[in-house]
Amino acid sequence: MDTGFIIEKFILVAVIFGISLVIAMYSTYAERKVAAYLQDRLGPDRAGPFGILQPLADGIKMFMKEEIIPTTSNRWLFIVGPGLALLCACIGTAVIPWGSPMEIGGKIVPLQVADINVGVLYIFGVVSLGVYGVMIGGWASNNKYSLLSAIRAASQNISYEIAMGLSIIALLLMTNTLSLKEIVDQQHGWRWNVLYQPLGFLIFMVCSFAETNRAPFDLPECETELIGGYHTEYSSMKLGFYLFAEYINMFVSSAVMATLYFGGYNYPGMDYMATLLGPTWAPLFGTAVLFAKIFFFIFFFMWVRWTIPRFRYDQLMNLGWKGLIPLAIANIIITGVVIAILENF
Amino acid sequence: MESLSNKKKVLEQKPLSFMEKMYLPAIAKGMGITISHLFKKEATVRYPEVEREFSTNFRGMHSLKRDENGKERCTACGLCALSCPAEAITMIAAERKPEEKHLYREEKYAATYEINMLRCIFCGLCEEACPKEAIYLDGPIVPADYLRKDFIYGKDKLVEAPLEMKK
Repeated sequence: MDTGFIIEKFILVAVIFGISLVIAMYSTYAERKVAAYLQDRLGPDRAGPFGILQPLADGIKMFMKEEIIPTTSNRWLFIVGPGLALLCACIGTAVIPWGSPMEIGGKIVPLQVADINVGVLYIFGVVSLGVYGVMIGGWASNNKYSLLSAIRAASQNISYEIAMGLSIIALLLMTNTLSLKEIVDQQHGWRWNVLYQPLGFLIFMVCSFAETNRAPFDLPECETELIGGYHTEYSSMKLGFYLFAEYINMFVSSAVMATLYFGGYNYPGMDYMATLLGPTWAPLFGTAVLFAKIFFFIFFFMWVRWTIPRFRYDQLMNLGWKGLIPLAIANIIITGVVIAILENF
Repeated sequence: MESLSNKKKVLEQKPLSFMEKMYLPAIAKGMGITISHLFKKEATVRYPEVEREFSTNFRGMHSLKRDENGKERCTACGLCALSCPAEAITMIAAERKPEEKHLYREEKYAATYEINMLRCIFCGLCEEACPKEAIYLDGPIVPADYLRKDFIYGKDKLVEAPLEMKK
């Protein structure tokens, strides 16, 4: 392993980390703006032109707030909780291919931190770890509402992870690989997986709403029933970490959706663009396309949040166990039968 | 019981149909409604920069009026303070000296006149109670401030500008 490789990966990690934090920061601003415009309002417009400095102001506010750690809480776990939530949210970005390999000064640089051959499983592992931040924080608060919320988050995530996994299996039957890089490369040009797996995509999307605890599945922070949910007892930047983790999760799951189903950095006419822009700029253009897809999904998350009311808890469980899981299994069977027919006849 | 108005509607709870159970048609409809609002003009008025148009009988900040010769109309009779349901008005009366004849209309005048704008409910009863037509709530919105003491408005803020200054 040469130093060039380490420096290259280090820069890539730093850039991706920085970008995901900035996007999470501005997602809070975008969320408020989207909410405002969907409700015929203006949203924050006082801090800087068009309120562009609002996330900074919010960040400063969060840091300045008094920090309260309840005396009856499990102090150590109370502190670990938000950190874990943020950490699990951030490490998901490691396996996502951000662009096709880029040529810089005669050197081919892959725009992906780690092309591991179990990329999809890695994403699943990280996503299911994400609920630990919520659970530990909710349990350590020593508060009934927080505990209830933590239980809700855990059971919700477990139920929807099953449907999510099953919806992915149908996709894997088609791709024959778990490496995200290869899955993306198979979707060259227009051959996006969503065209072959529309039902699988729908199930995956609904499940990722549930996994990120976003409306209409934001039962863990259901304020009418549970005050603030798992972060009731949190204040200052610890609360900020939880809120931030939610937005990073949203970013990561948007990236995963774009990668698995919407062709990642592929776009129609990319071969022509590759000859036009050359090996340095064409991959960057692909990355920009990927980010456009990601931003669309983030907008979609917000659009849904400000449209659909929250599910009741039994409705959530009914939808997960009686709706999505049978659908996902049916999807696997249909996909398998179609593939078998296509390969043998 | 027989409904007299004939407006009573008996609702029965039906189990969800298949389409309703899918949620998706209803969700798509709702999403269509919200996205259509994205392109509508926002109802917000950017207040400190832009002010909404008020109706003609809008009651804003009080002003103590002068008569046509520029003399203060208020005689400190105290009827406004008496009528005030929020007890926001206080005043101290004083006797007019001969050399102050051009300042005050009657022999008695208000040496201090204070309205606590945090107490005031802008009902306009003071304006109705005043026999001298000395107080009117015809000003703008009372601005925000940081300290409670700054909301007690004295004569410096309430009395109308003198005639020559008006011109």
